Amino acid sequence: MYQILIGLEIHAELLTNSKIFCSCSTQFGKEANTQCCPVCLGLPGSLPVLNKKVIEFAIQSGIAMNCEITKKSFMDRKNYFYPDLPKAYQISQYEDPLCKDGYIEIEKDKKVKKIGIQRIHIEEDAGKSIHEKDYSLVDYNRCGLPLIEIVTKPHMNSSKEAYLFLENLKSILEYIEVSDCKMEEGSLRCDVNINVVSSDMVKTNIVELKNLNSFKAVAKAIEYEEKRHISLLEKGENTKKETRRWDEHKNMTIPMRSKEYVQDYRYFKDPDLVMIHIDKDWIEGMKKNIPELPKDKKSRFIKDYHLPDYDAKVLTSSRKIADFFEEVVKYFSDFKLVSNFIMTEVYRVLKEKNITIEDIKIKPKDLGELLTFIQKGMISNHIGKKIFKKMCISGETPRNIIENKGLIQISDENSIKEMIQKVINENPQSIEDYKNGKDKALGFLVGQVMKESRGKANPKLVNQYLNKMI
Amino acid sequence: MELYHLTIHEVLEKIRKKEVSKQEVLQTTVDRIKDIDYHIGAYLYVNKKFHMNDGELSGISMSIKDNICTKNISTTCASKILKNFIPPYDATVVDKLYENGCILVGKTNMDEFGMGSSTENSSFHITKNPWNLDYVPGGSSGGSAASIASSQAYFSLGSDTGGSIRQPSAFCGLVGLKPTYGLVSRYGLIAYASSLDQIGPITKDVEDCAIVLNHIAGYDRKDSTSFKYRKIDYTKELRKDIKGIKIGIIKEYMNESMDAYVKKSFFDACKKLESLGAIVEEVSIPHVKYSLPTYEIISSSECSSNLSRFDGIRYGVRRSKDLLNDLFTSTRSQGFGEEVKRKILLGTFFLTADSYEEYYERALKVRTLIKKDFDEAFKRFDAMICPTSPTLPFKIGQRKNIIDKYIQDTYTVAANLAGIPAISIPCGCRENLFVGLQIMGKAFDEKTILNISYAFEQIHDYHKKRPNWR
Repeated sequence: MYQILIGLEIHAELLTNSKIFCSCSTQFGKEANTQCCPVCLGLPGSLPVLNKKVIEFAIQSGIAMNCEITKKSFMDRKNYFYPDLPKAYQISQYEDPLCKDGYIEIEKDKKVKKIGIQRIHIEEDAGKSIHEKDYSLVDYNRCGLPLIEIVTKPHMNSSKEAYLFLENLKSILEYIEVSDCKMEEGSLRCDVNINVVSSDMVKTNIVELKNLNSFKAVAKAIEYEEKRHISLLEKGENTKKETRRWDEHKNMTIPMRSKEYVQDYRYFKDPDLVMIHIDKDWIEGMKKNIPELPKDKKSRFIKDYHLPDYDAKVLTSSRKIADFFEEVVKYFSDFKLVSNFIMTEVYRVLKEKNITIEDIKIKPKDLGELLTFIQKGMISNHIGKKIFKKMCISGETPRNIIENKGLIQISDENSIKEMIQKVINENPQSIEDYKNGKDKALGFLVGQVMKESRGKANPKLVNQYLNKMI
Repeated sequence: MELYHLTIHEVLEKIRKKEVSKQEVLQTTVDRIKDIDYHIGAYLYVNKKFHMNDGELSGISMSIKDNICTKNISTTCASKILKNFIPPYDATVVDKLYENGCILVGKTNMDEFGMGSSTENSSFHITKNPWNLDYVPGGSSGGSAASIASSQAYFSLGSDTGGSIRQPSAFCGLVGLKPTYGLVSRYGLIAYASSLDQIGPITKDVEDCAIVLNHIAGYDRKDSTSFKYRKIDYTKELRKDIKGIKIGIIKEYMNESMDAYVKKSFFDACKKLESLGAIVEEVSIPHVKYSLPTYEIISSSECSSNLSRFDGIRYGVRRSKDLLNDLFTSTRSQGFGEEVKRKILLGTFFLTADSYEEYYERALKVRTLIKKDFDEAFKRFDAMICPTSPTLPFKIGQRKNIIDKYIQDTYTVAANLAGIPAISIPCGCRENLFVGLQIMGKAFDEKTILNISYAFEQIHDYHKKRPNWR
């Protein structure tokens, strides 16, 4: 038997408007080297001034992850040479992180497990190197973007646990609006530390995994490493102390660099910055600004809206979706129906168009109205879905779409009967088949009537009348 | 006396009385530089384009040490590695002085990155002492001091990490002030040792020193270590009686080896101060005897990190190589001079994980003890005095031994470690070789040491002397 030990190091970019030590913009995707100034370029003579918002965002993250918040903190210099690091040191925190000793809960097989958070500290991001065939370029726009680094304890024992942890962490950071956690834009990055212990306490060396571009990649890389570590142990061998890179195409990890010789970063307190004092009132103020967190929201959804556990979890995994749900139910009180509609139709649109709930043009009130129309039988479920898609694009009200396109469900007895009669006249063979006991024929006839009505006939009534009229 | 030989307050008076125009004042400096600087070598860069603002100091020409950033004007720190560096911004102090009408006539020579006490460590050329061309002007702000002693500007800004304003001022018979740490913004000063560096004036007399200080002091939001202190007019209390003021002679310094003439001049000065009504007594600063090694460790440690950014990637001189590490190595080994490399190597060693505790951390503790000693002593004294340098100016090329060079700092580094203000004023002169008297004050109490300096100056005529070699 083997136990695997997994610890994570997560870098999340903070959603401040300006960088950590200067007033340059933090916007993503701008032309290279256009969002820089003497400070973030580390030009000689320039000095950093710490952005207060960065401290607040880090502390709010700490509070949301049940951390102890320090009273006094400092910034340290981490010294190393690299072209994308313009001062040749990164201003980070070494000895005095803002937050430490917290945890995040994950739920697996109905059991709650606490994953320990060792520390959360703030630091500046480096620039981005772009390597061409025979030269390299550096884009310093990212230089000085504010980051928090969250270091967990090695409390995860499977890829599943790591995956669940990351999902929860992401939703917490999104809930408190300190990071948008977009892995594809690099605003959330995750490195894994992993090793395996056998039942007779033989351990493999800790291996660090990098280049993990999605939570799925994290899980896959862990599974790959788990097998690799175990097979080495079974052969009586050990892993090398090293950093490995996940190769998405080959589905395997590849050695990157050895960790046998630990680099000495020569940490020391940055003499250009002063001590950070965090008083009680400041912390209390920040606590008040922390919104309801995913875990609490989920419990409340179960209690207040009588939703199944699964629905509550899906809806509360994103604060924006949860807010959307709560807005819709103000106008339509069948909670489960709203939940179903969001989990199927809304999610489908988001996925198809690769957008977020904020990009959807539909107003909660209008969705409420649409669901009311469906419930009252004014339109069919099928048409309702079509209208919904249209609403998402145009932002029109459902009433408008229905009126403009004449989509209101036909429930008028005479009109339906007229259409049925027409179908009966045109399909004598099917009538014959039905009378000979072929039940399938009835379905065909219903379909023909619906076609005749261009989908608008109330299917319930069509069934009812058709039975009588044959 | 020639116009260029006058002090700031004398020139301002003449301009006010319309005896001379601002243009004439500027022209006299420009001509003076043209006429004599090739004998002295005070300047690394002589400015040609001038812009004159209105303001309290309108028309006054200034020279600035070449480690203080000036927009669109080369700023080299007298280092090959920054030979082609032109900052895109002005240091805060430069900005302030421009706003008040000062005109920059040139950038002055120095020991490379401020490391040295003779200006012989400049990568470009040596600077001679205007009082005797065979002698050094002191350093590292030797070019600044030489430019004022030879009347090639009305005042200069130097920087002082361990005596770099005071010692050259002493050697050139001038007044040089290292202000309290945090009184003057460091933004735009290319850092040598961030926790010790301060910018300060070098002037012909004490009144000029107070005038310049008035215009450079003050909180700067771009420098986190600058201090929000109430605005003081330093010229206001210059003429106050110093009767009853308590001055301490630092006992521990009297045991250090000291040139006989320096000793005589110093004790004569003590008597003079007594004759002015001051109470002069011995005071003990027990830990001050450790200040040199403490200073060496802290300054080289900070320097090793501060100078890491000169890697040849973004600005300055680059030695291109195929491999990145070779590029770093050859750029830095060819770009830096001997003394700078020595400091970087030492500092890198002090900060490594293995020696951090034994050296760097211990030095920080001793620094705290030195500070406490001064705090304690300042409960009973208003100021402390000692010579500025233990020696008279020495001949160019005479001091090759590193230890000989380091002892120049014996009396000056304590003020940087304690963060307190210290001024050097002339107190002796033999065959055109000057002796400086150093007066240290309480933090932010520049006005007291200026007051004492002024009173002392009035009963001497050093401030009226000009070198008469030409």
